[in-house]
Amino acid sequence: MSAAVKLSGISKRFPGVTANDRIDLEVEEGEIHAICGENGAGKSTLMNILYGMQQPDEGRIEVFGAERSFSSPREAIEAGIGMVHQHFMLADNLSVLENVILGAEPPKGPMIDYAAARSRLAELGGAYGLELDFDDAVEALEVGERQRIEIIKILYRGARILILDEPTAVLVPQEVEELFRNMRELAAEGHTVIFIDHKLDEVLAVADTITVLRRGRSVAAVKPGEVTAADLAELMVGSELPTPGTREAAVTDRTAVEVENVSAVDEAGAPRLRNVSFEVRCGEIVGVAGVEGNGQAELVEAILGIAPVAEGSIRLHGEDVTGWPVRRRREAGLGYIPEDRHRRGLLLPAPVWENSILGHQSRPPFLRSGVWIDEGASRRRAAEVVERFDVRTPGVDTGVHALSGGNQQKLVVGREMAAHCNPLIAAHPTRGIDVGSQAAVWEELRRARAAGLGVLLISADLEELIGLSDALLVMLRGGIAARLDPSRITLRELGAYMTGAA
Amino acid sequence: MTGKGILRVAGPPLAAVGLAVLVASLVLAVSGADPLAAFGNVIEYGTRLETLIEAFNRAVPLYLSGIAFAIAMRINLFQIGVEGQYILAAFLAAYVGAGVGTLFPPLHVAVILATAMAVGAAWAGLAGWMKVTRNVHEVISTIMLNAIAVAGVVSYLLGRWKIESATLDTRLGDIAPSGWFPSLNPLIELATREIRRVELTAFILVAALVGAAYHLIINRTRLGYDLRATGANPWAAEASGVPPKRTIMLAMLLSGAAAGLVGMADLLGDQHFYSLRFPQGLGFTGIAVALLGRNHAVGAAFAALAFGWLERASGVLEVRGDAPREIVTIMVGVIILFAVVAYALAQRRARIAAAAAAAAQVGGAAPAGAGSGGRGGGEAEP
Repeated sequence: MSAAVKLSGISKRFPGVTANDRIDLEVEEGEIHAICGENGAGKSTLMNILYGMQQPDEGRIEVFGAERSFSSPREAIEAGIGMVHQHFMLADNLSVLENVILGAEPPKGPMIDYAAARSRLAELGGAYGLELDFDDAVEALEVGERQRIEIIKILYRGARILILDEPTAVLVPQEVEELFRNMRELAAEGHTVIFIDHKLDEVLAVADTITVLRRGRSVAAVKPGEVTAADLAELMVGSELPTPGTREAAVTDRTAVEVENVSAVDEAGAPRLRNVSFEVRCGEIVGVAGVEGNGQAELVEAILGIAPVAEGSIRLHGEDVTGWPVRRRREAGLGYIPEDRHRRGLLLPAPVWENSILGHQSRPPFLRSGVWIDEGASRRRAAEVVERFDVRTPGVDTGVHALSGGNQQKLVVGREMAAHCNPLIAAHPTRGIDVGSQAAVWEELRRARAAGLGVLLISADLEELIGLSDALLVMLRGGIAARLDPSRITLRELGAYMTGAA
Repeated sequence: MTGKGILRVAGPPLAAVGLAVLVASLVLAVSGADPLAAFGNVIEYGTRLETLIEAFNRAVPLYLSGIAFAIAMRINLFQIGVEGQYILAAFLAAYVGAGVGTLFPPLHVAVILATAMAVGAAWAGLAGWMKVTRNVHEVISTIMLNAIAVAGVVSYLLGRWKIESATLDTRLGDIAPSGWFPSLNPLIELATREIRRVELTAFILVAALVGAAYHLIINRTRLGYDLRATGANPWAAEASGVPPKRTIMLAMLLSGAAAGLVGMADLLGDQHFYSLRFPQGLGFTGIAVALLGRNHAVGAAFAALAFGWLERASGVLEVRGDAPREIVTIMVGVIILFAVVAYALAQRRARIAAAAAAAAQVGGAAPAGAGSGGRGGGEAEP
């Protein structure tokens, strides 16, 4: 086999920093090649260089044995390279077929030759097991299906080398399986697949070769048979990794949150929460497990006060807050790490410093005399969060939209932790951040717990749940299906409770 | 602010004005006029003290109209009802102002201004109320409310409340002099010369106050933070404790109150009564002012002055027979178009630059030199 892509000595410097430092990467034709590394290891920069979105300062790019230099993605596409970005670029109101051919429509005189497009697509879809109904409107499709459209889109444009940027980040487990099956089919047909990922078990399951980047350098290229997940993690961060385990109990007898017999219905009147009762004490982490869509989001909204409850009561530190608006609850100390940071957690166009006080703007030290926002205090808090949580940003005046997803998440987590909230609702606090930062977040939660913080932790990462929680609740169809002791439960048992099999 | 910063802010509108001059020259040349001579006339006439004062007088209502629009725009409400709000407000304020007869002057002025602001706020509040209770889009409701205010309420009531007039003008009664705003001419004349036939209204000071208040509230207060947060991301703002419906209502009420002041410069400083000839269209030009001024208190002031000056200075084109004054309408349109394009381009470049800087910072773990340990948070230019 020959090399489909060979990068030698690629360096890319930005003012003051080096994103890629003499990186070498060799990808065989027809293989699945994973690029691993922490947030900020230089993975995305390297892929952007290969796809022509950025130009290297030094180094050689060879594609199928010929030296190339791409000044734009268009040239990379012509050379047979296609990329699927983390955020899909699809027109919701067009059909699958129209989305795929958008910008590369087969002409028939002045019209579009839909028949030709359809048969070509059927051919492509059939060849790689990418099943899609081409007449569906994109807006009705699941995330996994949208991703398949993106893949077909680049295949349609003749890509032989596919770059997938964190393709599994947005998928549920079954969809990940499906994606991996597609990737193997593509590789079997002679396509080359390069993908960025930092979930180690996934990488080990699907990749033929794994290149690990650390701090802008390529530190190793390994075969999955030769390494364990622990080895990989160590290559990525360069040291032994902490695990989420907590243990020595810090639970007090003061309650932080009490939820009593809470029921809620959606706009159509369908029940979303059924008679939910539990309490979180200060110094305690209560984990909520459950397959997504079983009432976790509604529970969070009820405690936060965004959605009304139909029945039951919610108390914070012993005070009944059921009728309180969101602001009053937040002023009473309620902290919130949302599951979707873009939707509920950040003002994307606003600078880091303004985002560092979001949710705390109605309290000192950020509010002065009840009227004024104290910009100095806000900036100091922003600097503190950036420093303590290693948020990689050029400064506190940078718009949050410019930060990478992991850094945005660290900003949100850091904001709530630095504000000394109690209690804290943490929904997927480590979603989208790398193993090193994950450990830092766990450490912060543990430390705050020891200092008396009560946490309601919702997570899809079961190890995180079992490792951090003092008590576990399992939600199923809007109700609490089980109350478990995390120190005595296995992943398998937990899975059974979550699916209702136990 | 650095030179580069000033260029980034002022560059796009200046480029737009420059391009508009080019396009206007082209149109003039095509229609057979000499562009150089025409613009020479405009500049000669436009730099006279009297013309400048007229330009300022016209800029004052345009500025207030722009600010009114900008307030709602801060939470992404496209409040195009300023037109109806200010006309209805001016009409009712003129009626009340004339009806109360003569009062202690500051009180009389206060009564008129309060009436105007309350009417503007109420009319805008209607649109806000429809939005929060029935989810009626503000563009639809404000368009309808404009029609109801101007063609409906004002026309009907003007017919009933009009007074006999020697000029055959359909008009309300006069506001007594105790409800007039003073002229700033004596102050200007101290520094310059005697001014003929025009008067610079002191209402310009009110406009400046409103602009300063707008800037302070939006950028320095929690209320402003809440408004901007809602504009940037209503869902995140809600989770942070900003009550969404109350914020929409508040923004509409504030916007309407500012809109109520739009007609006051003409009512208190110039005409002192409401008639069918009361200036119209200021609400819509205000949208252009806010757009060109980027919803910024100072930017909108420059934009309002630019539009005010163009409108006044261009009168000479027709007088001298160079060209129809509609050439100015073309120029205003071109300025707005190019400004939109230039802003979009500038914004895109800024975003790309910020993203690159942040990406660089992400790679910042890699040592750029020997000692990278002391890397601070704010060394890279955003």
